[in-house]
Amino acid sequence: MAHFEYLKNVVTLEYREEKCIGCGMCIEVCPHAVFRFNGTRRVEVTSRDACMECGACSRNCPTEAISVQSGVGCAAAVINGMLGRKSSACCCTTDTGNPKTGGTCC
Amino acid sequence: MHYTVDAGLYALENPDADTPVFVSANYKMSFDALRSALPGRNAWILVLDTRGINVWCAAGKGTFGTAELIERIEASGLAKVVSHRTLILPQLAGPGVAAHEVKRRAGFTVRYGPIRALDIVRYLDAGMRAVPSMRHKTFTLKERCVLIPLELYAAVKTGVLVMVLFVIASGIVGPGGWRDNMLNDGAFAALALASAIFAGAVLTPVLLPYLPGRAFSLKGFIVSMPVVVVLFLLRHPDITSAAGMLESAAWALMVPAVAAYLAMNFTGASTYTSLSGVKKEMRWALPIEIGAGVSGLVLWLSARFVA
Repeated sequence: MAHFEYLKNVVTLEYREEKCIGCGMCIEVCPHAVFRFNGTRRVEVTSRDACMECGACSRNCPTEAISVQSGVGCAAAVINGMLGRKSSACCCTTDTGNPKTGGTCC
Repeated sequence: MHYTVDAGLYALENPDADTPVFVSANYKMSFDALRSALPGRNAWILVLDTRGINVWCAAGKGTFGTAELIERIEASGLAKVVSHRTLILPQLAGPGVAAHEVKRRAGFTVRYGPIRALDIVRYLDAGMRAVPSMRHKTFTLKERCVLIPLELYAAVKTGVLVMVLFVIASGIVGPGGWRDNMLNDGAFAALALASAIFAGAVLTPVLLPYLPGRAFSLKGFIVSMPVVVVLFLLRHPDITSAAGMLESAAWALMVPAVAAYLAMNFTGASTYTSLSGVKKEMRWALPIEIGAGVSGLVLWLSARFVA
């Protein structure tokens, strides 16, 4: 199966290796394998462009070694935001009415 | 709200003080996926109040979050029900839950299970270890196709209204009688718009990994090209006349504009686009889509008047 990657060099992910304690939580929560252990009991960023800015890594980093401006990559939500409507909800609002989207939405 | 279950602690089969505890959302589909992935197994399921929203979306919004989890642990008296102090959360709850905070404030260790409920048994039997494929969010053909009805519904809702307006406008101004105009030019307008919706909301999701470019708008634009060609073959416009030229140019602008816009909207349903990326794409794509759509409309109206 093709490995999906969105635009290059755009994500806000920042990682300060000197703060890493090697707990591996970022590797565990990342849905796109952005991190891996580098052999020195610390992690490294291997596929930065695969990051979707979900924020799971920074939320679960106990030493704040990772920061990212998290958000949902959803054009409809951005447009709603520009029009002054509630912006954060995105396609997620529809899934209560439609069980088909299940966990795949957003 | 038909798709919610009550928040709280649930028992699957006959769990005891040593049985694993799973945490889920109160969206019925999430809860059922977890339940059915554990056939015949004993388990505790702690259901959070995510207002009927699935795990990933709720985690993004923060309703499947640290505070709600800690509150639900206390409200359910979980610490008295089980003797261990481990919770298994779906991996996609990660954006909302800070594992170290839960440990510090509630005394429970959070373990992130696999993304798909289907992998839970393998994860458990491997001693709560996930292989890399269990941690990777895919976007397979099947996963993309499931989203098409929703994309289509949203597009068609507005699309039908626009089609009707085009048919009415065809009848009001144009060369022939209103009836001929509507059946000829109006029907073609409706067909062109329907084709544009098909390109953006059906072809783009299906062909996503095979379409060149990274930006979704670009993918939608590219997939609309053969659609435009097919439309011209069907239409056989008289490009020696001003009206024929104008109308052809109008659809060559409007069909790609609509397709690219709808493709761009598919970012919200995809499983890998970042907000920074979407904003960057929209900065150039949205003005072009609006520009092409509006100039196409102007050309189409001009064609009606010069004919």
